[in-house]
Amino acid sequence: MFNTLSERLQASLRRLRSKGRLSEADVDQALREVRLALLEADVNFKVVKEFVARVREKAVGEEVLGSFTPAQQVVKIVHQELVRLLGSERAGLRLSGHPAVILLVGLQGSGKTTTAGKLGGLLRREGHRPLLVACDIYRPAAREQLKIVGQKLGLTVFTLEGAAPADIAGAGVEEARRRGFDVVIIDTAGRLHVDEEMMEEARTIRQRVSPDEVLLVVDAMTGQDAVNVAQEFHRSLQLTGVVLTKLDGDARGGAALSVREVTGVPIKFVGVGEKLDDLEPFFPERMASRILGMGDVLTLIEKAQRQIDQDEARRLTEKMLRREFTLDDFLEQIQQVRKLGPLDQLLGMLPGFNRLTLPQTAAAESEKQLKRVEAMIRSMTPQERRHPEIIDASRRRRIAQGSGTTVQDVNRLLKEFEQVRQLMKGLSGPGKAGKGRSGGRLRLPFPR
Amino acid sequence: MATAESGKRNWFARLREGLERTRQALVQPLTDLVRRGRIDESVFDELEAALLQADVGLATTEALISELRDTLRKQGISEPAAIPGLLRDLMRARLEIPGGRLVRSEQPPTVYLFVGVNGTGKTSSIGKLAVNLREEGFNVLLGAADTFRAAAREQLAAWAERSGADLVHHQEGGDPAAVAYDAIRAARSRGADYVLIDTAGRLQTRTNLMQELQKVYRVVERELGRPADEVLLVLDATTGQNGLSQARVFREAVGVTGIVLTKLDGTAKGGVVLAIASELKLPVKLVGVGEGLHDLRPFSAEAFVQALIPDELVGEKTVSMNDP
Repeated sequence: MFNTLSERLQASLRRLRSKGRLSEADVDQALREVRLALLEADVNFKVVKEFVARVREKAVGEEVLGSFTPAQQVVKIVHQELVRLLGSERAGLRLSGHPAVILLVGLQGSGKTTTAGKLGGLLRREGHRPLLVACDIYRPAAREQLKIVGQKLGLTVFTLEGAAPADIAGAGVEEARRRGFDVVIIDTAGRLHVDEEMMEEARTIRQRVSPDEVLLVVDAMTGQDAVNVAQEFHRSLQLTGVVLTKLDGDARGGAALSVREVTGVPIKFVGVGEKLDDLEPFFPERMASRILGMGDVLTLIEKAQRQIDQDEARRLTEKMLRREFTLDDFLEQIQQVRKLGPLDQLLGMLPGFNRLTLPQTAAAESEKQLKRVEAMIRSMTPQERRHPEIIDASRRRRIAQGSGTTVQDVNRLLKEFEQVRQLMKGLSGPGKAGKGRSGGRLRLPFPR
Repeated sequence: MATAESGKRNWFARLREGLERTRQALVQPLTDLVRRGRIDESVFDELEAALLQADVGLATTEALISELRDTLRKQGISEPAAIPGLLRDLMRARLEIPGGRLVRSEQPPTVYLFVGVNGTGKTSSIGKLAVNLREEGFNVLLGAADTFRAAAREQLAAWAERSGADLVHHQEGGDPAAVAYDAIRAARSRGADYVLIDTAGRLQTRTNLMQELQKVYRVVERELGRPADEVLLVLDATTGQNGLSQARVFREAVGVTGIVLTKLDGTAKGGVVLAIASELKLPVKLVGVGEGLHDLRPFSAEAFVQALIPDELVGEKTVSMNDP
């Protein structure tokens, strides 16, 4: 639908050939596109207006550096300014209480209960003992939802029947103190920021438990109204941070900027999927790129590092270096890649692969391709997997039949595997492993 | 019925209340405009700002403004006072799409499939619709085809109990298509009039989950001998321009027939339905204006634009409400 902002800028500024400094004409033309991009991304209208005015001030007269075009120069300034606004660095949780208390609040359906579970899982991975407290007494089965989420994660969930939310919260903190939990995560009912009664209830909970963190859970798809919501919640409850959910969709998440701008509190986490470990720290740099439609390579790399079994990867690397890489190892690597999640989601993080422009079938096709490769390798005998050179015509036919593919498919796989092996010979100089940004752990031979 | 009457008025008052801030966003600029002597460029700038802040989106906002300019020119209008009324007409024209009423099949059961992204209020909408249908004397069966979200089934079960509807469910993690199949079979054997099928929330970019939904749709079609009578996309009124992407992708995948616009009781404007109506010609069929059992109502374009642009500005008598 829309291209990346940089492409659009390039197109609109193609005729301008100004060198040296950015003229007002350059900047104004570029900023028209920036304004459209930000509005398309659901950044609040007023926030956009102020932002564009600020960027204009900064950009006019700025030197066009080195090999940059004026368009690129403007994008750079816009990007920098966005990052600055989103919070220049990562903001973690401040957990000083004994136990530390985290209060989750937000509109209906923003994802509080799921976030409570994910946050609990994350804190436990960091060595904490979290207790989940279910205070949503209104939505049918809301507490059951948190209980089930807790069960799946192996986390304890506390609630009381027939008690007011503030009493449940207070009792939850007591329970944590008594049983030695060091963090309490309180899930509350969804409420409208204009519902005075419900906001009062939230204030009562806040007073009762004196939380270390009051996090507003915001749906990344929220439109212009994000500013009103954030403002009201902040006014009533003095927020300490924001969790942005459902960022795994194709929403550009302009709400992040709006919320940040009106509350000044940092965005601390983002929810990026349906799995219970799909909660990540917030990186302003990446969010800025996303709002501008510029891809998100860093998240992909992080995801790869977290999902791929490091020991396994090291073992495979060593095998590669000793040139003992077999089809079995190849299969393992494919499975590691697939652990990263659906391919369309991965592709969406790459610049240029705007998820809206990506044909859905392309990703699904690659996904199928991977499945076929898996099936073919699984149809081979252990001996064939270790010594693919013994696979003759008759074995190829058998493998094709066993995996529901064709002999041509098997041929292609074997050929690609041989190429990967050849490639590895080039890597096998001593001391090469462990160098490079990712410590050499991410070299995935991948048939293309 | 007196209670129903007052309920209606109540509902309209609440819709207006809910849209109060929208009004504020639009009213102030419009009031300023009316006071001005003549129409100049800044008039259109301000209108654009007002529409964008109501989540109407760039494309539709620009289209509305350009239509407004055309109309003004053609009719030789120069007083700003005419603008609110004209704008209201243009907006209503977009929202009034044929087939805005919920379909009831002549061969029961009538089957509605509820779809949408996570957290828009699918289960609650089904619950409220079930309450209304039961009160009208229909037998209703709910199909718990959200087998993914923890306790979704329990949530729907609570609504079944509250409304007196039947419930068909499987285990968590079961096949949603199988639930839909069983629900229709059960509805046939028990003589239910309506089957409302709840599905798991899914982001429209998740190809595999959209395929799962297509399977539910196909199974319903095969079992029923016709497509589901309504495929309702439940859309959160706070949603911004992503709503358009949701409508587009869900429609392509499972032939969405209409929108249920929820959570209109906040300050959110739900203006994205104007964009959806303009670009995709999808009608809004129901609106949710509160947490009460009777707060899910048929959509009325007239009421919607009336709430957006109040009568005071148009300077005419109140247009009577034909709907609901």
